[in-house]
Amino acid sequence: MTQPVLEFGHIDKSFFGAKVLKNISFVVPSGTIVGLVGENGAGKSTLMNILSGILPADAGWMKLNGISFAPHRPSESALAGIAHVHQELNLFPNLSAAENLFIADFPKQRPESLSLIDRGSLQSRATELLKQVNLDVDPGTLVEKLSPGQKQLLEIAKALKGDPLVVAFDEPTTSLTQPEADQLFIIIRQLKEQGIGVIYISHNLGDVMRLCDQVVVLRDGEIQGAGDSENFTIPDLIQLMVGRELETLFPERRNAPQDEAVIQMHSLSQPGVVHDVTFTLRRGEILGISGLMGSGRTELARILFGLDSYNQGQILVEGEVVSALAPRKCVDLGMAFLTEDRKLEGLLPSAGIVENMTLVGLERFGSRFLGVLKRATLKDKVEEVVRELSVDYRNIELQSVQTLSGGNQQKVVLGKWLLGGSRILLLDEPTRGVDVGARYEIYEKLVELADEGVSMIVISSDLEELVGLCDRILVMSRGEIRASVDRQDFDRKEMLQAAFGEERLT
Amino acid sequence: MRLSGWNVSNLGLTYAPVLLYAGVIGTFGILSPSFLSTENFLNIFVQCSAVAIVAIGMTFVLLTAGIDLSVGSIMFLCSAIAGTSVLHGEFPVALALLFMVIGGLFCGAVNGYFVARKGMAPFIVTLSMLFVARGSGLWITQTRSMNLPDTFRQLATTRLLGIPVPVLVLAVVVITAHLILTRTVFGRQLYAVGNNPHAAERAGIDVPNTLMAVYIISGACASIGGMITLAQLAAVSPNLGQGRELDVIAAAVLGGASLFGGRGTAFGAVLGAVLVETVRNGMNVIDADPYVYPVIIGLIIFAAVLLDSTRHRQLAKLRRRKIRTETS
Repeated sequence: MTQPVLEFGHIDKSFFGAKVLKNISFVVPSGTIVGLVGENGAGKSTLMNILSGILPADAGWMKLNGISFAPHRPSESALAGIAHVHQELNLFPNLSAAENLFIADFPKQRPESLSLIDRGSLQSRATELLKQVNLDVDPGTLVEKLSPGQKQLLEIAKALKGDPLVVAFDEPTTSLTQPEADQLFIIIRQLKEQGIGVIYISHNLGDVMRLCDQVVVLRDGEIQGAGDSENFTIPDLIQLMVGRELETLFPERRNAPQDEAVIQMHSLSQPGVVHDVTFTLRRGEILGISGLMGSGRTELARILFGLDSYNQGQILVEGEVVSALAPRKCVDLGMAFLTEDRKLEGLLPSAGIVENMTLVGLERFGSRFLGVLKRATLKDKVEEVVRELSVDYRNIELQSVQTLSGGNQQKVVLGKWLLGGSRILLLDEPTRGVDVGARYEIYEKLVELADEGVSMIVISSDLEELVGLCDRILVMSRGEIRASVDRQDFDRKEMLQAAFGEERLT
Repeated sequence: MRLSGWNVSNLGLTYAPVLLYAGVIGTFGILSPSFLSTENFLNIFVQCSAVAIVAIGMTFVLLTAGIDLSVGSIMFLCSAIAGTSVLHGEFPVALALLFMVIGGLFCGAVNGYFVARKGMAPFIVTLSMLFVARGSGLWITQTRSMNLPDTFRQLATTRLLGIPVPVLVLAVVVITAHLILTRTVFGRQLYAVGNNPHAAERAGIDVPNTLMAVYIISGACASIGGMITLAQLAAVSPNLGQGRELDVIAAAVLGGASLFGGRGTAFGAVLGAVLVETVRNGMNVIDADPYVYPVIIGLIIFAAVLLDSTRHRQLAKLRRRKIRTETS
């Protein structure tokens, strides 16, 4: 069991003179799950790129089953027995599950020069692979009909095709619900039973502690700690990752929320989505909404922002009844919606910071005559907000925001709405894919805004985050609010129970 | 399962093009009984066979999210080559037909080279080819019409087992294309490339070669379409194939191909071409004002594409997660 399947020895790597990996040495024993954690930019991806043959190491060595291993290209690494399951899925929704599994090497009929697909063999080999990952669908099913969890399992089936010695997972649970993630962990444990070495990369430290036998913590390209996971606690890991104590992660509130109601929702219902939702958001309050994925929390925010309709109930903003909600109207009312998926909905990825930030507030920067933009004022204003949010950038106009880290992208989205004059923020998973250091800066800014009287609704799967940040937490399950808990009564276990609804916690 | 209202409308949306087609045939059938004769249907197939064949080639290109604007000009250039080689070079007809195919393959290869190897936009590359091929054809023919020997016309009028040769050629092309798209490695990889070229690259598919191949196929189909047109006209006229690329794209899109890639079938392209021709033929049979034809055809393309996008929106809506099941 403790036979090393993969060894890293003194790996060094620099980009343009900056060292991104320094003397990395660790071992992945066969039949072991090794968690690799670190902030974005700590060197995890670089290390995985070296393992998969995309980048060469400057110095050091790798051994696979005791034999020296230095792949020059991804296909070489794959052939040697290294498989990767990526965060972004490389599936084709318009093809069947079986076709996706064998897209690059279909089984062919004789004569092979005709390259006719051997459909019988495709079907049977696909069935077998799907069984290995407990994916109970017909291999002929189109991938677009699969749920996110099923897609992730299909991606794993693809990785298992070449009988790998090592499987590396990169953030596999980001788009999965809890039951789907549980299913995934069962499969990962099965891989372990088969003697495969597993490398598991995740920002979700709870998952890492639950799943991994060993952990390796990276910071600034160096290993800060490594060993059996039972010797670590989550605060230990965070401290190693950030080099800072956990207590400082959540800033203190200076002002309590005011009594004045900003948003009142009265028994709002939409069949199949939410039922009888009533709550009040006060000025300067940070209201958390907790619940599992699919509990209706995102849908509630979408309704509140006028993106989806509701058929019963009433919404009051600043004491006035608002009918016919629409996004444009909500923006005019001072509301802002920071979506879960920044890349898809929140940002223009190839545009610069100035252009992105001024998207909402653009009208306020036009001259009275013809709305000609006052470029200088615009840039000054953006620079001020960027400084306040401490966005890390090289060129405020020319650098496209897709080259910024997740944390900085989120700050740009936040800045965009602040520039637009928003006083009510709806934040859906504000720190997803954001590393711990940048998270702190976002929390700090949010608390500061709340102290100044900005009201916000924070939706998050991370209960730790809500407990640290919110004045009050609503727990949702199956489209209903199951509990409303004030800060002094926060109790993680109770809230989790409410989130699971009638189902028992195991 | 009980057939609810949703299911019915869903079924209707899924088979929207077929329903549209049935509607068109039904309407004209009621308006004029002679429309429904076997001979008339054969006539429709003969008339649209050239466009249908080129639309099949176009579908390959559309599957990769590309476009080939040069097909009409390729039809003309190949016809010009054939006409010149028969009339001035005194080559046998069979050889002239071979020259046509070679011409189509060559133009397609040039398109493919610039799109696949040089990363140029398909719209621009094939637009340039549209001018170059048309111009070369005019240069070869000196913009004069050429009347061809009767052997050409016989190609269009001969029947085998009662079926006109153009329809047989169409049948061979559509079946071959269907088998390539559904049964070969290349065909399935084509759908992957069209859906997401980056993921296809990462999956180890040779994307440039795939792109190269679709433009060559489109060029070859254009040359075959040119042959049929040439045989039907028995003459090379300077405006042969002019504007045909738009009829072809319309047929492919009516048949369910998406301009965004990853969707489309060979039989769909034929259905699209037949649908347009049926409308044209039907209006002819009922003696409609000829100026109305393009208006009606335009409206039908609108309707078909509108139905298609509605269907996709509805299906996406249905696929949304249901959070709670209402008990009422």
